[in-house]
Parts: sequence; structure tokens; C-alpha cells
Amino acid sequence: MRIITTRRISQTFFFLLFLWFCAVSTLGEQVWQLRGWPVGWLLELDPLVGLGTLLATGTLYAGLLWGLLTVVLTIFLGRVFCGWICPFGALHQAVGWLAGRKRSAAVQIAANRYRPAQRIKYVILIFLLSGAAGDFLAWLLDLSVESSIAVAGIAAASLACGIAAVRVRKAFWRRWTTVLVLLIIGWVGLGFLTDGSRLLAASLQTGLLDPLPLFYRSVNLTLLPLLDGRMAAFSSPGRLYPGSVAIGLLFWTVVLLNLVIPRFYCRFICPLGALLEILGRNALYRMGQKPDGCTACGACDRHCEGACDPSTTLRSAECVLCMNCLDRCPHDVMGYGLHPSAAGEMAGPDLSKREFTAALVSGVAAVPLLRLSGGVDANWNPAVIRPPGALDEANFLRRCIKCGQCMRVCPTNVIHPAGLQAGIEGIWTPVLNFRVGTSGCQRGCIACGQLCPTAAIRPIPLDERLGRGEFADRGPIRIGTAFVDRGRCLPWAMDRPCIVCQENCPVSPKAIFTREEFRPVRLSGDLRLREMVEDRLLFDGPALPAERFATGDYFVTLEESPDIAPVRIKDIGSGGISLAENPFVETASPGARITVRVKLQLPFVDPSACIGCGICEHECPVKGRRAIRVSAENASRDRQHRLLL
Amino acid sequence: MSETAMDRREFIRRCTRAGVCVAAAGSLGVAFYDSRAPAAIPGPTAALTLPDYSVGPLPGRICIARGVDRKRLVRQAFAALGGMQAFVNPGERVLLKVNAAFASPPGLGATTHPDLVKAVVRLCLEAGAKKVTVTDNPINDPASCFALSGIDAAARQAGADVIVPRQSLFQRFSLTGGRLVRDWPVLAAPLLQADRIIGLAPVKDHHRSGASMTLKNWYGLLGGRRNIFHQDVHTLIAELAVMIRPTVVVLDGTQSMITNGPTGGSLSDLKPTGTLIVSTDPVAADAAGAALLGKQAQDLPFIARAEKAGAGTTDYRALNLKEIKAI
Repeated sequence: MRIITTRRISQTFFFLLFLWFCAVSTLGEQVWQLRGWPVGWLLELDPLVGLGTLLATGTLYAGLLWGLLTVVLTIFLGRVFCGWICPFGALHQAVGWLAGRKRSAAVQIAANRYRPAQRIKYVILIFLLSGAAGDFLAWLLDLSVESSIAVAGIAAASLACGIAAVRVRKAFWRRWTTVLVLLIIGWVGLGFLTDGSRLLAASLQTGLLDPLPLFYRSVNLTLLPLLDGRMAAFSSPGRLYPGSVAIGLLFWTVVLLNLVIPRFYCRFICPLGALLEILGRNALYRMGQKPDGCTACGACDRHCEGACDPSTTLRSAECVLCMNCLDRCPHDVMGYGLHPSAAGEMAGPDLSKREFTAALVSGVAAVPLLRLSGGVDANWNPAVIRPPGALDEANFLRRCIKCGQCMRVCPTNVIHPAGLQAGIEGIWTPVLNFRVGTSGCQRGCIACGQLCPTAAIRPIPLDERLGRGEFADRGPIRIGTAFVDRGRCLPWAMDRPCIVCQENCPVSPKAIFTREEFRPVRLSGDLRLREMVEDRLLFDGPALPAERFATGDYFVTLEESPDIAPVRIKDIGSGGISLAENPFVETASPGARITVRVKLQLPFVDPSACIGCGICEHECPVKGRRAIRVSAENASRDRQHRLLL
Repeated sequence: MSETAMDRREFIRRCTRAGVCVAAAGSLGVAFYDSRAPAAIPGPTAALTLPDYSVGPLPGRICIARGVDRKRLVRQAFAALGGMQAFVNPGERVLLKVNAAFASPPGLGATTHPDLVKAVVRLCLEAGAKKVTVTDNPINDPASCFALSGIDAAARQAGADVIVPRQSLFQRFSLTGGRLVRDWPVLAAPLLQADRIIGLAPVKDHHRSGASMTLKNWYGLLGGRRNIFHQDVHTLIAELAVMIRPTVVVLDGTQSMITNGPTGGSLSDLKPTGTLIVSTDPVAADAAGAALLGKQAQDLPFIARAEKAGAGTTDYRALNLKEIKAI
């Protein structure tokens, strides 16, 4: 079998596996549903997810250890992940091939030649990783300068080095001692400067461009919801994801860029590719030419996926191991082995010191700049409601890779990608929006945390969510608190009975309770008692349409009998108002003023019982802007949200 | 042949490098591997303990001094209790916890009066204190509060340092047996750098707690969103009374804010009540001070709760009570 056939089978396998994982991320026990499918495995295999969270949190969470496999493979074999495994890479390769297959050899060779701009992906990688490394840097710089002994020691050491630098004859050693002194001074100086300041902060943003989170997110949130229909039911119908247009735009842009240059994303943008390039720079096995036989026919360059110039000095780090050169070479010159290429090879693009520093410093500086908005501090946005089990905001932003797995698996479709409400850092992180979806956040559901590959949403047991068993003393997990908007609520503002919210409140005892009130109804004129016949009141005044007032919610009081509780209207007809009973017989006399009252149950929220599930908000019949809305107050995940004692 | 030899050397070099890389990546991965998800709310648990600043097991002493001039009143009241040297030993560091809650001029009585601050700082220095520090975590902007209340200038003139609170001065603290003060930020740095604490509080009306006096003054040592404790203010004040065991407190009732407290804002909110209380027992001081607001100790639930919590006694007359008239 040809090697590229093997490669194509591998790519197809992983591509289909990826699609399968996306498709089965639907709660259920059928084979085509979630059951136990390891739907995040490809994300875990992505070492950029592991490295990013490791830098941001100092831990490598559970399944992310799989990334090591990719790392080891890359060190030995080169970028086998890019060419053989990555489903996003397979998509690019396929689209690029489709777009270019009819082009002339010269055009294809031109499209596949190496371009210096391919080093941009390094800039992106370094920028994103340094943004995640703020806390790591803070740890490096935290030398407890309060301790005067440490400061004195450092000062003495650098002084000694400084003297040595001046004394030492050899230019080489003089240079290095000078560098050492400058490093120590810089370290101490930065340590002082950053101590207790806002100069360093960590935020994981690799997910914006990391190919696997990007692909998962795009398919989960912009493709499957479109395909979801009668023929292919991927999930509960009618999934909506506000703001997914930006996700789709990014996806289609990078896909369509293959029409200009094949594997555009892989060559210029992909930060994972850049990481694997660095790891695979000195791979044991690599592509290369054998010493004799090359006629410079260009067959290899024409089909090169990595744009690594196989016909001349091969840029081995750019090579994605598509093996097209090996397959296409008519003279059997190309080989994959331990020997360096006979025509010469070099590792691949290198950033200049200046480019490297610029990317690093801007990455480190960007996060503190973003944090000045106060989004994780005093200015936290109460509209940002995170899924149950989500970490506090600062730690959440250290882990979330915006892969959209939680949004996809959420059975009620209430988890959505954030736009700017969680700040620029929070773009495409999960937020709950109860206007959309089939219900609020189901009390008995813990799916999102089980799928989160980085534990930005912790995988909580059901007992923890419900606050029972060993979690009984902490109470249930609250994601927010419902607030009644009395200006919009039907009973509160418009004298209409409703309390759908109370009825749907799922906690027991209910967090929404009501207080009863009999409010006088607005009529066009006074009602006066003309005569009383048993339980019927004949009256003068405007007509009372039975379909409105004889519904069981309307009651009557008489001005002359203030002590008698309102009596329910049983019916209204030509015979006047029929009452359920008539306690007014004794006291009322003709001419007495009749007041029609509506019995209202006014909703209140008990914040100690409310878990913020948003079912009330979802069900509220005031559909535009709900009359009861959840806000992140009292959410258990963050101390700053605390509302009650 | 030479080419093959070089290849072999090159091969060994590459193998070594690959091996080292794999070992490094592997050990990093394994070293930082974390099979468990992070805790719900991370962060260090409160390990801070606060010392007891009181003067020891002697029975409580209290002096109620009548007069109008704060400087004389406080000097003579301390003199009646054995002088400042009975409370501050030479070489000790003293922290004065003032009430600087509001950015309000001293004449309006919403904050500890600068004359009182100045007098107490001098008394401490005369008693041989090595260092006197003045602090509070105000409600309004801290710098403005210290400046406009006149406390900053008065303290510095008299030779004390003023600590304006910053984030880094707070530490999380849990009160043993406390229900409210749990894992809560406390203005720890000045507390830990002091051997003695003297509370200086004005007498003020307070709509929620009934009165703001020496016990309520400790509220200003809390950080964070402390006003959520207003939901159960009496319990909180009682917990504060257990949390801070001061050396001595000074309750300034020369003028008392009778209405619109605790901010006041008008001279008409003040009433001359001509009393200054110095006490080793803040519960007794507040119990005695309640009368200045026309109230009784039992009208103020936090006093009874603080007493029940063992922070002092309501029956200030049972203490070693001195009543003087300042000359």
C-alpha cells in the first residue's frame, strides 16, 4: 500500500472520529449518544491545551496527560499529528487539494513554496502562551524581597559578579558575568515592581486559535445546529447559540483561505503547529533526499503540504509529514529516515530576537491591560452566569479553552458562547442565557462539567450539585439568584394573575413564594348595589363582562362591610353578580359601593433557597425581557458574588 | 566511510537530544499531573491568629470623665486609671484604631476628633511607646477620610504614623467559634505589628445597630464587602468584640451624634453631652455610653450579645469605676 494511502486512511479515521465525537455529544444512552464516548479525547491529545493550562495553573489536569503522547511522537517522528491525526488539518488539506487540483504545476509549486510569513504562527503561539504565563512569571519573580537577608545576599552576589566582570580579562567571561549581573538586577528590580502590583496576570487564550478547540467549537455551535433536522437529529431540536456568527466567520474564513494558499491556517496561523514544530525540530526521523538521482523536476514541491521546500534545503520543522514528496518523486529520491537530507536541511523559520521579545512582552502585557476593566474584580458582570461547577472567574479564565463542549452537551441549550459580556478574555466562554433553550439549567444535570477537558467547569457529583450527602453542610450549588422585576411582572405591575415562575420553581421547598393581595379592579365607573337576591347582587354601573370577571380570580367587597373578606364571583349575568356565598346580606344596603377585586399571588424570591437555575426566567410569560431574571448574585463559585450571610 | 562515522555521531547526538526532550516533557507532565479537579473555592485557608492586646487578668477599669475639652478629659481620665504607663510599657508599639469612616470634617462628629487622636498619641509616646500607629479601613475613600477628618495631620503632628489601608495589608481571618467572621479579609498588617491596641471612637447614632461606639468601631478592621454583615449586625459586633481584645478604649461623648448617624452632616445632629469614657472593657464603655444617646444598654442587642460571648460586662458600675470632673 502506498504510504499516502495509509496517511489518508489515518486522516479519514481521525476526521470521522472527530465528527463522531461531535455528533454523539448529546445526552443519552443510545450508541449514537453520549453514553461513555471519550468525546474530548482529541482535545486532550492536543498538547497546546495541556501546556497552556499547565502554564496558567501549574497543573496538568487528568486527561490532558494524553498530550504527552503527541509530544513524544513529535520528538521521535516529527509533526505526525499535523499530517496524520489533526482533523482540522485534514479538512484544510482536502479543501486545498480541491481548490488546486486543476491548477498548472507552476501555480501549484508557487502556492506551496516556503514563505517567511510562516513564522507568524510562532508569534501567535508565543503571544498566547505568554498571556497564560503571568502567574508563572509572578512566581519566578516572587523572591520575598521583604527579607532583608535575601536582598543583602543578592546585592552582595551581584556586586561580586560586577567586580569579577571588570576584573576578568577574557572577553567571553566578562560578557557572561555582565549578563548575569544584569539578569540579577533585572530580576530583583522586576520583583520589587511586580510585588503586589497588577503588572502580572494569567489568562488562557490559546483556545481562540488552537485548531482542535476551534474546530470543536465551530462544528458544535455553527454546523450541527444547522444540520439538526428531521433526517439527522443530533440533539434536542432548535438549538440556538447567540453570537455564533463570529465563530462561524472565523471558521469559514480559515477554511476558504485554502483557496488562496493550501493549508493556509496550518502554515501561517496554527499555534499548535508552531508548538509541534519546536518539539519536532530535531526529530529523529525526518523527510529528506537521498544523495543521488534528483533531477529538480519539482514534483515534490508541487504537492508539498507543509511548504517546506523538499526540492532544496528542506525546512524540516515545517514538514507535516504528508509524504506526498515521497510518493510523487519519479526518481525515488525522497525518503523518511534517520539521515539528514542530501540537499541540505534546516530546522525551519526562526523568529528574530526582536520578534520573539515583542510577542512575549505583548502577551505578558496584554492580560493585565485587560484586567484593568475590573471584570474579575469589583466590576464583575452580574449578567455572566457560568455553568454549575464553574470555577471563580480568575481561575475559570486560566482554564477555559472555549471548545464549546459544555454548550454542545447541555441538554437544554442554555449554555452559550459569550460575546463581550465577560470581557475580551471571556469571548466564547460559556455563559447561561435562559431566554434560549428548552428550559433552565436542570437541577439534576451535571453534564457540562463531565465534558469540560480542563476542569474550568469542575466535574461535580450530583450530590454536590444538590447539596446532599457529604455536601449537605454546603448546600446546593447556586449559579445565581432570581430577581423579580416588579415593573414588568404581570401580578405586580398589571393586576393579572400569573405566577408561572412559582409553579416551575424546581427546588423544594420552593424558592419562589407568593403573598396574596386583593387589588381593586379598574372599571369605567362606580358600581352601586341596587338589590340583593340571595347570593346575587344586582347593581348599577358599567357592565361586567363575565368572560373577564367570572373566572374565579375575581372577588367582591362592599364598602359598608369592610370587615367581610372578599367573596368570589361565581358568575355574572342578567341577574347580576352571583357570589360563592353572600355574607353581605346582614350589613349591606342599596346604594352601597361594590368593589370588584382581583386575587393576586405576588411572587417573591427567597434568596437562601434559590439556586439560580433560571427555569423561572425561561418560563416567564413576559417573553421579551423577562419579569423574573437570574443574576450572578449569590453564585457559590465566587466569594465576590456572596449576597447572604 | 568517514561520512558514515559522522552520521553515527550525529545519530547518537540526535538520539540523546530526543531522549532528553522526552524525559523532560515526561517528567514535567508527570510532576504537574493532577488527577483531581481544583477545589470549589481555592485559596489559602485563613491561618491568621490575632493576639490578645488586653492588659492581663486585672479586673476591668473604667473612668467616666465629665468636661468639654477632649485633651484635658483624656489626660485626666487616664491619670485616674493609673496613667498611660498602666497600659503601655516602654518600647511597645501601639496601634490606635480610630473611626475615620467618612470624609467629613472633624466638627461634624462623624469621625474620631483629631484633638483626641493627638492627645492619645502624646500620652502613648510619653509613656515610652516605641511607635504609635493610627489606622482604620474607612467607608469613603481612605485617603480623603484621613485627610478631611483631620486625623492624618493630627497624628503626624503628634508623632504617629498613619496607615492608609491597601489590598496587601489584608489577610483572611476566621474567628474561632465565629459564624460570620469566617475566612474574611481583616486589616491584619497593622494589627500584627502592634503590642497594644487602643480604640478611639465617637458616640454616634446608628440606624441599623442602634449605636456606633467602641465595639462598632472594630467594624473598621474588616475588609471586603463587609456591609453584607448588616443583615445580622448585632451578631457581627459581638464577634468583633471577641476578635479584638483591646488594651483600652476611649469613647468620646463630648459631643454625641444624636440623629442622622452614623454620617451626620449637620451641626444640628450633634448634642453636647460632655462625657468621655476610658475603659479596659469596651462592653462596659458602650453600656455606659448608651445613656449619652438617651438609650439603655438593653436597647442595644449587640451589647448583651457581646457580654454573652464573654467580651466584657454590661454592669460597668461593678468594675473599678472612677467618675471625675475634668478641671
